[in-house]
Amino acid sequence: MIRFKKTALAPATLALLLALGAASRADDAAPAATPAAPSAEKPAPAAAPATAAAPTPAKAAAAPNTGETAPTDVDADAEQPSPPRQHWSFSGLFGTYDQAQLQRGFKVYREVCSTCHRLSIPFRTLEDPSGPGFSEAQIKALAATYQVTNDSPNDKGEIFKRPGIPSDIIPPPEAYPNPEAAAATFGKAPPDMWVLAKARKYERGFPWFIFDALPFVQYQEVGADYVDAILNGYTHPKDPNWNLYFPGHKIAMPQPPISDGAVEYTDGTPAKTANYAQDVTAFLAWAAEPTLAERKKIGLRVMVFLIIFAGLLYFTKRRVWDKIH
Amino acid sequence: MSGSSTYVPKSAVGRWFESRLPIMGLVHSSFIVYPTPRNLNYMWTFGAILSFMLVAQIVTGVILAMHYTPESTMAFSSVEHIMRDVNYGWLFRYLHSNGASMFFFAVYMHIFRGLYYGSYKAPREVLWILGVIIYLLMMATAFMGYVLPWGQMSFWGATVITNLFSAIPLVGKSVSIWLWGAYAVDNATLNRFFSLHYLLPFMIAGVVGLHVWALHVVGQNNPDGVEVKNVERDTVAFTPYATLKDAFGLAVFLILYAWFVFYIPNYLGDADNYNNANPLVTPAHIVPEWYLLPFYAILRAIPNKLIGVICLFGAIALLAFLPWLDTSPVKSAKYRPVFRVFFWVFVAVCLGLGWLGSQEVNDSTTLAARLLAFCYFAFFLIVLPLLGLFEKTKPLPISIADAVLAKGAPAAQPAE
Repeated sequence: MIRFKKTALAPATLALLLALGAASRADDAAPAATPAAPSAEKPAPAAAPATAAAPTPAKAAAAPNTGETAPTDVDADAEQPSPPRQHWSFSGLFGTYDQAQLQRGFKVYREVCSTCHRLSIPFRTLEDPSGPGFSEAQIKALAATYQVTNDSPNDKGEIFKRPGIPSDIIPPPEAYPNPEAAAATFGKAPPDMWVLAKARKYERGFPWFIFDALPFVQYQEVGADYVDAILNGYTHPKDPNWNLYFPGHKIAMPQPPISDGAVEYTDGTPAKTANYAQDVTAFLAWAAEPTLAERKKIGLRVMVFLIIFAGLLYFTKRRVWDKIH
Repeated sequence: MSGSSTYVPKSAVGRWFESRLPIMGLVHSSFIVYPTPRNLNYMWTFGAILSFMLVAQIVTGVILAMHYTPESTMAFSSVEHIMRDVNYGWLFRYLHSNGASMFFFAVYMHIFRGLYYGSYKAPREVLWILGVIIYLLMMATAFMGYVLPWGQMSFWGATVITNLFSAIPLVGKSVSIWLWGAYAVDNATLNRFFSLHYLLPFMIAGVVGLHVWALHVVGQNNPDGVEVKNVERDTVAFTPYATLKDAFGLAVFLILYAWFVFYIPNYLGDADNYNNANPLVTPAHIVPEWYLLPFYAILRAIPNKLIGVICLFGAIALLAFLPWLDTSPVKSAKYRPVFRVFFWVFVAVCLGLGWLGSQEVNDSTTLAARLLAFCYFAFFLIVLPLLGLFEKTKPLPISIADAVLAKGAPAAQPAE
């Protein structure tokens, strides 16, 4: 992004810098031109090697995007709440994905998120019975609606496009064929969503991080709660790049078009923003960890086996040792 | 202590083989009739647990290496390929990544046990130093393994650690470039880290062999810290006594391991490592894995880079000098009331440093880290040398058997 707009934005940068003060943590809409640019969403107090000047142009980049006035100090300093903890069907010892929710979530992804975000998983995985569980015919039909660039050229040596098949990876958004193109528009490239739900977190702090590891109270859905909170966090009336839950509040991703009714739901679920956010987050959680259901299923068997085995060993050991006492 | 083998093969084939290669006799004398002090508690099961973990890491690692691509543009995707497309790939990867943490958890229990019961004292100095070498090799292996998924923390962790060498006067920069194989952490770095990550575990296995050999020469220490005087009265045979106790300890340990693998597999990892490495974006907060955090805190506490690096390595190297830093003739903390207090303070200092290593740097965390780093070094360089001269220790039992009998049968196994 810097590379594209640095010169053009220099004055704006300077103005913003003055307005916000150098110490503002908002300068984190960092300058990255890659699909998965993590720190871009986090405050970057540590000096990036890309230099101290880097964060500022990036911020400036967000501003022209909004078409609004630059945020005030009040916005940047607003309270930074932790993402609220949601109820997820896939949490806990026995939690699994809710198939209907994932299907709704995929619809939201397809109709809204996929405009800008890539999801590098093959169509066929959407048939996963512990995931969205679409039928083979549905996936064939879905894949065929996409134009996919063939792996190898045809017999004339030309690269060509063909309708997708289930084994193809879902192609990138048509508007942004590569991360650089997207970065040129948004200041930073929209991340690939395939592991997004595992690649985000918020700090739990002491002592909560200890409880998060303990059986029955374990909390492993930090990433999902963060994503869901971000989608619900566009609460600034004027600034579409202001987010309540984003560290520093200035986020490169403008508010997504998920107002009530934006996506049609056919299963009776109310077509509300909160539901869109939750459903698409659940879908992304599945995309990031499609083996969760199998993992917990095997885990239960392993646990039962090990506990019985350990118990038997304990009594055997007691029996043998008792003789020498 | 192992003495000459009493093994007599039962079959004709066995006798024929034994007279040509007495390997069954070696196994017999080392793992069957080998005498173990009868007062060992469950802290002594971590040796067997660590052996198991080394094998588990090598087996899962070899399988992962069959599917992993050590190339900077493909490494991250190849790990996701393992997670999604390889049969039970997710299981092997989670076993391996959490196995590293379990390995370190066990080794810390093992080290602190040695510290508490004075296992490093004569005649076990060489045994202890071999252990410190294994620990160093483990840290190098784990660090390079963490780089392989080529996520953000992999890349930036590698950058921070390899940059430490640039603090060496005169040749530092050249050393860093030599380590990288480029002018920054790059594909060449990833390649050589993969190669070394595959090599080092076998070096660990070799040193573990020496460690076990040395152990079988001098015998195990024990909670009372008095040497075996009468093999009949003071010891029990390795099999079935130690074997069963180790097996139970291992089974309980596996429950913990399985909990992490199956229910909280990403708890100990950093979410940022699920983002592909990007040299243009520095993470807000670069942190190593939990088992390296205390040393990271010491490094950051020192304002001068070179001195910081010296302290970092010194903190580990000091362990090797423990047998001579601790001047007390009494081994076990059971009979050293003042040492026991300092020991637990030292444990708290290490935990505190670990926590500080995970926090962002500010004035108060830096101050706390400096204070605790001072305490860490003071324990080795001030407390241990002086304590041996001034501490009034409790009277030692005459023999292991006397210690066991004095407390009655149930107390012989405090961990139960």
